[in-house]
Amino acid sequence: MSAASPPSGDPDAAAPGESGAATPRSAVGSPHPRPAAAPNPRSPRTVAVVRTTTANLASVIAALERLGCRVRTTSDPKVVATAGRLVLPGVGAFAAARTAIASHDLESPLRERIARGRPTLGICLGMQLMAEGSEEAPGVPGLGAMNGVATRYPSGDGLRVPQMGWNRLAPAAGCEIVPAGYAYFANSYRLERAPAGWRPVWCDYGGPFLAAAERGPVVGCQFHPELSGDCGKALLTRWLAA
Amino acid sequence: MKRMETGAQRAAALEQRAPRLPVRIIPCLDVRAGRVVKGVRFRGLQDQGDPAALAGAYEEQGADEVVVLDVTATPEGRGTRLDTVAAVRARLSVPVTVGGGIGEVADAAALLEAGADKVAVNTAALRRPGLLTELAARFGSQCVVASIDALAGGPRPPRASGYLVVVRSGTERLERDAAAWAREAVERGAGEILLTSIDRDGTRSGYELPLLRAVREAVPVPIVASGGADTARHMAEAVGGGADAVLAASIFHQHHWTVGRVKSELAQLGVPVRPAHPSTAEAL
Repeated sequence: MSAASPPSGDPDAAAPGESGAATPRSAVGSPHPRPAAAPNPRSPRTVAVVRTTTANLASVIAALERLGCRVRTTSDPKVVATAGRLVLPGVGAFAAARTAIASHDLESPLRERIARGRPTLGICLGMQLMAEGSEEAPGVPGLGAMNGVATRYPSGDGLRVPQMGWNRLAPAAGCEIVPAGYAYFANSYRLERAPAGWRPVWCDYGGPFLAAAERGPVVGCQFHPELSGDCGKALLTRWLAA
Repeated sequence: MKRMETGAQRAAALEQRAPRLPVRIIPCLDVRAGRVVKGVRFRGLQDQGDPAALAGAYEEQGADEVVVLDVTATPEGRGTRLDTVAAVRARLSVPVTVGGGIGEVADAAALLEAGADKVAVNTAALRRPGLLTELAARFGSQCVVASIDALAGGPRPPRASGYLVVVRSGTERLERDAAAWAREAVERGAGEILLTSIDRDGTRSGYELPLLRAVREAVPVPIVASGGADTARHMAEAVGGGADAVLAASIFHQHHWTVGRVKSELAQLGVPVRPAHPSTAEAL
C-alpha cells in the first residue's frame, strides 16, 4: 500500500492553532461548539492512522484519500500524541488490539489526546477501546475515556450475532459530526448506555445500543464510516472540518 | 396448545419475530487473472469485465457489499490477486469480502492489508478447521466468513441435511454434511456463512431453499445465500428461508437487473432493504 505513504516533508504535527496543550477542550455540552471550517483544498488534511496488526487499514486509508487527505500510518507514541488528526481503527479482537497498543506505548498518548479533545476518531473496536473494557476480554482494561463496558448482543432469542449489515443511526440533539442515515456495522459487542459527558448516537438491534458518541472532535463509532457509503463520507467530511 | 410447543417450534417463532437488519444485496465478482468471469456450476468461465469498474458501478446502484472470489486460486495454487483487491478497495466505500486461496493467517492478513474487510475461507478450513479459530482470535469473528459450497447428496433429513460439502472450487466432493460443517465452522470462529449451492450456481433457477433452511437451523450467524438468483422473488424466497443477505453474479453482470431495481422490487414484496441511491432508483 505505497499509496498510503504521504510525500515526505509533511509533518504529522498538529494543524496551525492546534499545537500544544493550549486548547484543552471543554467537555461535552458546550453551548458554543467551534464552527466547522471548510476544508482548504490547497492544503490537504494530514491524518495519522494508528497501525496495529489487527485492523482493516486499507479501507480506512482509501476512504480518507478519496476525501483528499494525506494519510500516514503510525505506531509511534510521539506521532499519536501530536498528530493533528488521528484515527484509531477497527477490525480485530479486543485483547489483541489492547496488547498491540500497550506494546507500542500508545496508551498514555491516546488517553491524553482524547482528554485534551484533540481530533480523534475511534472506529468499531477503536471505539470499544475508548471504553473501560469489554466482555470479550474480561479483566483487560480499555482506555477508560468513556465509562461503560462493551457487552455481547444476546443470542438465543433469534438475533443474529454478529450484527452484520446496515442499520439506521439516530443522533441525539446536538450531535455535530455523526449524521442520520444507514451505516455499516460488523460487531458482536456494543455499549448500551451513553457515557457521561458524550453526546450519544443511538441505534437499535434487539434493543437500543450506542452507535457512536461525540465529545467535540473526539468521536467513537461502533459502525464503520469508511464502509458506510454516503453516510460515512458525510461523517468523515464533518470530522475533518471539526 | 402453547405448552405443547416444541423447541423447534419455539426456535421457528423466534426466527419469525426477531429484529432483522435490511437484507443486503451483494454482487459477486468471480475473478480469474484480474478479470471478472462467470460460468455455470463453476465451469465454462466467460469474461464479464474489469473488477474495480464493475464494483464501482454496483456501489452506485446501491450494492450493500461486494464479494470478490478468486475462483481459480485454489486449483492453481495461487494466492488471491492482491492488486485486484487493492483496485476494488480504492473505488469502494462499502464492505469488500475476499475469498480464494486463503490457507493461513498470513494470507488473510495480506488481503486485509490490501483492502479486504472480511475474508472468506473455504477449502483450507475444511482441511484444517483450526484456521478459523486462529483467524477469529487475530481479526475477530466478524471478519471471518466460512464459505461453503454444497451439492445435494449424502444422508437426508432427519439424519442430516441431504447436502454434502464440495471443495477446491467445486472439483472435490467430501463426505461431510453441509449443515454439520456450518455448525462446526461457527463454533470454531466463523462469524458469517457464505452458502453456495453448486446445483444452482449460474442456472438462474432460484436459490436452493432446503439447503438454506438446513443451515439456518444449524447456526445463529448471518447467512449469505448464493447460487441460482434470477429475480427479486427468488431473493425474497431466500430471505424467507433464513438468508440475511443474497449474493448474485450473472443477473448483475449481464445487465438483467440493476441492484437498485432489485431493491425496489424487494421493497414491494415486503422485504426490508437499505434504500438505493435516489438518483439510481429514478434512473430505473
